[in-house]
Amino acid sequence: MTQYLLSVHHGADEDPYAEDPEAARPVFEAVDRFNQRLRAEGAWVFAGGLEPIDTTTTVDATGGEPVLTDGPFAEAKEWLGGFWVIEAPDLDAALRWAAEGSRACQGRVQVRPFQSE
Amino acid sequence: MSPGEADPGIDAEIERIYRHEYGRVVAGLARRFGDLDLAEEAAGEALVVALERWRRDGVPPNPGGWLTTTATRRALDRLRRESTRGARHREALLMYDDTPHEPTGAVADDRLRLIFTCCHPALAPEVRVALTLRLLGGLTVAEIAQAFFVGEAAMAQRLTRAKRKIARARIPFRVPAAEDLQPRLGAVLAVVYLIFNEGYLASGGDAALRGDLTAEALRLGRTLRELMPREPEVAGLLALMLLTEARRPSRVGADGALVPLAEQDRGGWDAGLVAEGHALVRECLAINRPGRYQLLAAINAVHTDAPAAADTDWSQVVALYDRLRVLDPGPVVALNRAVAVAEVDGPEVALAEVDRLDLAGYHAWHATRAELLRRLRRSAEARAEYDAAIAATANPAERAYLSRRRGTLAP
Repeated sequence: MTQYLLSVHHGADEDPYAEDPEAARPVFEAVDRFNQRLRAEGAWVFAGGLEPIDTTTTVDATGGEPVLTDGPFAEAKEWLGGFWVIEAPDLDAALRWAAEGSRACQGRVQVRPFQSE
Repeated sequence: MSPGEADPGIDAEIERIYRHEYGRVVAGLARRFGDLDLAEEAAGEALVVALERWRRDGVPPNPGGWLTTTATRRALDRLRRESTRGARHREALLMYDDTPHEPTGAVADDRLRLIFTCCHPALAPEVRVALTLRLLGGLTVAEIAQAFFVGEAAMAQRLTRAKRKIARARIPFRVPAAEDLQPRLGAVLAVVYLIFNEGYLASGGDAALRGDLTAEALRLGRTLRELMPREPEVAGLLALMLLTEARRPSRVGADGALVPLAEQDRGGWDAGLVAEGHALVRECLAINRPGRYQLLAAINAVHTDAPAAADTDWSQVVALYDRLRVLDPGPVVALNRAVAVAEVDGPEVALAEVDRLDLAGYHAWHATRAELLRRLRRSAEARAEYDAAIAATANPAERAYLSRRRGTLAP
């Protein structure tokens, strides 16, 4: 079994969790159902949604004393909305979960394997 | 010949056997060890041993089996030498468990699994062809780089990256399940056809035709057909390639120039390949689930059915292109259709259709315009179009043909 990071990426002009929480309710419910399926099939490792990008702080201690910066390390139009860590036998299985996850959360899902050992 | 003196023919024979068996050896090792690099290295080492032994003792009765056994031993040696815990652990498993780890479905051919692995949708389309040529065709990185107009180092890097992705992202070695088969089979057929086309009209290099590539594409096509006998598009692609390959002996003249279909010596066509292609087309017609390759094969069947160019049933060709256009509305299909329209409705109607297509810079578009303008006796415009066509192609035989045609224009 290999662990995969399924990260959810949104573009600048898409925000499924916008100001209106009522509109976002079907998305949250769909993601809940997806999470239950991951658990039921033994693929679930960990998952979480992230607070908006403006809550980010970047820490850089590569030069000795840590330097703290308000905001993400790179300005980008796309932002990371959340992620799943799943366990799957191979990429095909991970891609099937990703398709289901993308449909549930209405975002593009990037699939990336964890290093083994 | 004194004992110990190498027969000069034996190296060529070993090379031929090795090329022929390479894909099978690599595919078998890849299935067993799940590691493409290991499979390739072991196959390469087996060749070194074969060159030494076979020069001395002659080629064994079953050279393919010999290469597989030798390569498998080499791979196990290599794993044993590697000291990481993971490799040892894996070796222990492999020594005792030779059964595949997953059900392979009705089809268990190692090479077919490797084709589907190379053509996985998670790999970039341009990498799929190169990887298939490398792992199944046994072409060297230098040969592949040349075929794609890319530097050898850049091609080596692409292939390494693709193999790393297969290993680390765990792209599985398997023929996909029935529900995934259609989209992936499409990618596989596209790759095989690309390999064939590159061999049939090489995009670069000195050779107009690359018989090694067309032969490899045909071999892959026959393998697919053996393994998926009921897929009409598989039969269609094989028929298309057979009917195209059949014309190869008449396709380049003694002067090295390309000979167009209408001027080819039909007696030089390979009658066996034509018959085989026609039988497959008839089989497809009976199944009646037409697809892109089946329609292209049917068009080629009409051409190869005519005893002389003048006997060609052009309205049948136009009708087949009309059906193809529904599946593939692109301008290249429209261009080929226009060539047939010229025969049915005349060059003026065809030229109007060709002029509507957005294909400037594509050599076949310029060449088609040039021929239509010639028939309409618009020599000056035709000359300019031949120039544009010559500038747009690097294939030496095609350039030679177009130059000759330009030279015979009325002033």
